[in-house]
Amino acid sequence: MSYERPGTLDDAVRLSGTGEDAAYLAGGHTLIPAMKARLRDPDLLIDLADLDELKGLVTDGERLWIGALTTHAEVSQTAGAIPALQQLASLIGDPQVRVRGTLGGSLANNDPAADYPAAVLALDAVIETDRGSHAADDFFQGMFFTALEEGELIRRVGFRIPKRAAYAKFRHPASRYALAGVFVAEFEDGVRVAVTGAGGDGVFRWTAAEEALAAGTDPASIGAPDVGDMSSDIHAGPEYRAHLCTVMLKQAVGGLS
Amino acid sequence: MGTQFTLNGQPVAADAPPTALLVNVLRDTLGQTGTHIGCDTSQCGACNVLLDDVPVKSCTLLLAQVANRSVTTIEGLAEGDRLHPMQEAFRQEHGLQCGFCTPGMVMAGIGIANRHGGEVDEETVAHELEGNLCRCTGYVNIVKAIRAGAAAMDGAAREAAE
Ligand SMILES: Cc1cc2nc3c(=O)[nH]c(=O)nc-3n(C[C@H](O)[C@H](O)[C@H](O)COP(=O)(O)OP(=O)(O)OC[C@H]3O[C@@H](n4cnc5c(N)ncnc54)[C@H](O)[C@@H]3O)c2cc1C
Ligand code: FES
Ligand code: FES
Repeated sequence: MSYERPGTLDDAVRLSGTGEDAAYLAGGHTLIPAMKARLRDPDLLIDLADLDELKGLVTDGERLWIGALTTHAEVSQTAGAIPALQQLASLIGDPQVRVRGTLGGSLANNDPAADYPAAVLALDAVIETDRGSHAADDFFQGMFFTALEEGELIRRVGFRIPKRAAYAKFRHPASRYALAGVFVAEFEDGVRVAVTGAGGDGVFRWTAAEEALAAGTDPASIGAPDVGDMSSDIHAGPEYRAHLCTVMLKQAVGGLS
Repeated sequence: MGTQFTLNGQPVAADAPPTALLVNVLRDTLGQTGTHIGCDTSQCGACNVLLDDVPVKSCTLLLAQVANRSVTTIEGLAEGDRLHPMQEAFRQEHGLQCGFCTPGMVMAGIGIANRHGGEVDEETVAHELEGNLCRCTGYVNIVKAIRAGAAAMDGAAREAAE
């Protein structure tokens, strides 16, 4: 396995075409555990650590832009423009995970139980890459699949700044990933609700809840999503997950700020 | 040549592949076995070390990622016979039984003290220990030790500033 640490984004993308199975290395907190478990075996690691242009946050009025290499710890401290996003970042893993793990790595991986995908979808984000941009609604394409092409590198993500938003997560007690996590965002032109952890195809927009909230329905009386659309594993069955969605929705709406 | 970095204040050149896990390099190549391996899944925190003074999991970090940076392991905390205030607090408060988790706990504790200062409350310490597993103590004395250690580090910093 070889290791490269390019100094420019162009070099990083160029290098990705040179390996049989090249992988970008950001925080390494998904990739390295996967390599240790022999789930991944790249022949070339392209460490993004020196690409300072991928780090940091800026707002441009409508959107909060966060660089792909920005760590969860930094977002939890500095994303004041969207407090719900700060809170979400502070709930990822543990402090040692948060100082290494990055936004871009989390999105590229699209783990069905990861937290950021819910925020990206509910906050109608734009994912900018080395070769274009993706709307959140088109980006996530089922568990561990995204719209990214081979070697496509996420540069930054632009989250639409909501009027109010909140994230509520029922954490798996050992892994801290979401068994169900619900992100609610209110905009002038409507409400968006995204669910992570629970869906059989990964993160999804819960449109029935969006419509009900927009119509002023009491969140406590909004019914659960279809049990047939839920995922199931040794940690939680589909009925339980569907129920958790309603509980997390209530919590999120109660916490809107 | 190997990968160069600073280990406990001394320059080292580790003769291992750049993609080796830092924890294995520390233990097997450099003979510093105070840093432990407690899991395969990056969850237990027994391997925590300080990277430029911030705790990280050395089992989830490659050697090449610490090139030209500064790593501190449990071996590097004491000054001669004088334990680091966080180590001393673990001793005083009986914050360990078998001791396997302790090096990682001490590192996590230093991180908590640096982030929250000397008056950090019990709830914050408990919350921020989510990445550290202990099979023996039940955590009560570990939380006490970290609070005492944080207060002592704060006191020492004030003294140094005067
Ligand atoms: C103990 C533990 C607990 C965790 N708990 C949670 C949790 O509660 N919630 C949660 O959401 N996550 C959790 N995580 C995952 C963590 O947030 C990861 O850090 C994150 O998912 C991946 O980010 P990374 O920077 O570490 O990516 P890496 O591991 O470096 O990379 C992951 C993948 O993304 C690709 N990639 C990285 N950056 C880019 C980029 N800019 N463009 C294109 N592709 C890229 C890589 O090639 C790789 O395939 C946990 C991890 C651990 C170890
Ligand atoms: S050995 Fe590193 S977290 Fe368990
Ligand atoms: S003291 Fe034995 S594992 Fe913590």
